Amino acid sequence: MINFDDVSKIFGEGDHRTAAVEDLTIEIPTGKITVFVGPSGCGKTTSLRMINRMIEPTSGTVLIDGVDTRSIDAPKLRRGIGYVIQNAGLFPHRTVLDNIATVPVLDGQSRKAARAVAAELLERVGLPESMGSRYPAQLSGGQQQRVGVARALAADPPVMLMDEPFSAVDPVVRAQLQDEFTRLQAELGKTIVFVTHDIDEAVKIGDRIAVFAVGGRLAQYATPAEVLSHPADDFVADFVGHDRGYRALSFTVAGNLPVRDEPTLLLGSTADPSLVPPDAQPGEPYWVLVVDDARQPRGWVDARWIAGGRRPVGLGDLVLGGSLVGPQSSLRTALDAALSSPSGRGVAIDADGRVIGTVEARDVLDAIETARVAQGLLDAADQRPAADQRPVSGAPAGDAEQAAAAVPS
Amino acid sequence: MNWNWLNRNTDQILSWLLAHLWLAALPTLLGLLLALPLGALAFRYRWSYATLITLAGLLYTIPSLALFVVLPGILGTRILNPLNVVVALTLYTVALLVRVVADALDSVPPLVRQSATAMGYRPIRSLITVQLPLAIPVIGAGLRVAAVSNVSLVSVAALLGVPQLGQLFLVGFQLNFYTPIVAGIVLCLLVAAVFDTIILVAVRIATPWTRAVSHR
Repeated sequence: MINFDDVSKIFGEGDHRTAAVEDLTIEIPTGKITVFVGPSGCGKTTSLRMINRMIEPTSGTVLIDGVDTRSIDAPKLRRGIGYVIQNAGLFPHRTVLDNIATVPVLDGQSRKAARAVAAELLERVGLPESMGSRYPAQLSGGQQQRVGVARALAADPPVMLMDEPFSAVDPVVRAQLQDEFTRLQAELGKTIVFVTHDIDEAVKIGDRIAVFAVGGRLAQYATPAEVLSHPADDFVADFVGHDRGYRALSFTVAGNLPVRDEPTLLLGSTADPSLVPPDAQPGEPYWVLVVDDARQPRGWVDARWIAGGRRPVGLGDLVLGGSLVGPQSSLRTALDAALSSPSGRGVAIDADGRVIGTVEARDVLDAIETARVAQGLLDAADQRPAADQRPVSGAPAGDAEQAAAAVPS
Repeated sequence: MNWNWLNRNTDQILSWLLAHLWLAALPTLLGLLLALPLGALAFRYRWSYATLITLAGLLYTIPSLALFVVLPGILGTRILNPLNVVVALTLYTVALLVRVVADALDSVPPLVRQSATAMGYRPIRSLITVQLPLAIPVIGAGLRVAAVSNVSLVSVAALLGVPQLGQLFLVGFQLNFYTPIVAGIVLCLLVAAVFDTIILVAVRIATPWTRAVSHR
């Protein structure tokens, strides 16, 4: 657990006095990912760096597991805290393996032992062992970032600080890194403080989100679902963005949506005109779902168009659908599946990826409405014992998580 | 060119060449060793940067001949003592390299420096094992200039009678005879080229990462 106790960081004096962080009090839970998010100049990186004393607070105390960080020699403190810096910040003159081995070597381990650990970590972050002898300049941005994560993990620190670690890579690689990082954290259970300016990244990665406003004010501290559904003030609402309602759907599992039977056509089979029922709207495409041998969805085809040709359905004939609705999919995915499908019907699959039918947008909307009402009832129940239970200043916010779990699934 | 004269004086020229070599090499090395901590100081503390760089600049403007003449008085050495030359050229090298070292350290990306701090490096260890190695290419470039300039400055000391290749220029001038002058120039160029190559190779060996080819 990390505690900021009334921490301020003031730069300059007199007229030039600016507060980077002002009276910050926050409790960061053990074993979870806490995201500091906010626009530039909001003090999120300054706050992060006060944890490992790269920046010393002007006033207040930072405690790790109850110990005042000022009572620990700063370099020693830092070796016990993993740090992933922007753009990876690797040492250009050291090989990948030696970069990862940095902290163990600083701690007095032999270079050989440290390299052995480094080689294991390389694999853990999804890089081949052969990459160990390369220099950072020989790696892509995404690969460098993975090495940065491996380096932070090398001494197996209980706490990790991550300063915009994925901001310098392209969106595709970033999404990949985020997914892998989430998976890694599920195995490791570190206490992680993650700084980003990207609210989507915060929502995707964080167990809890601390939204910082310019001037180092903590505007809201809550779960991602809570921040999206109940922004604490105008600043948070504005920062979170105008489609927050839609994005908040990510936190509710779609659960038992009505799944309708969907006739399917096997890829490679020949469509015949009987596929199109006589009462189908003339002139409109008649969409049929195409599956492969494993009954996995491959796309949609206009039966009228393909039936006229009397030839096997090939991959080239298919119009691709969007998201698929699986057993654990959120309402957001379910709605998107329906909206992104040419037929307006989202493809539902089982745990093995086989088609079980389709869902329609109106059914998803009904489910959203049901969830909203259930959430409202829960909120009302919450507010009875204490009116100020909204977790702005560090009260544990299990409420929203429970609410999400309590929705029919 | 009078090859006979060269043949007759080979031994003398060789001993001057050897003297020239160490009179130029030693101050380059000493100067580098002194400039490293001073440059690091100038880099680390902003207030010392301006002071040190200004002092270095002033030092460099003192004419070498004046320094050669004044130093024996200060050091208590005899005028012919080669130590005067070594001290004078070491001062010039320091003057040249303090700024180079400070700027070379400054050229190391701040993210790398911060990352070393974040990993738990103490300042001195970070300086020596992270920042200094990364500054080698820039320091090496400055060192090449200093080394070559020392090779030419040494010859000025011939006016005081310190034996080295500069003597060839005096002899040639006094006898109005070009052979020793040409030989002196060629040998000086040769010495400079050898120093330059040695530094270039040393920098190359010390910085394998700069030649790492992208596998991307």
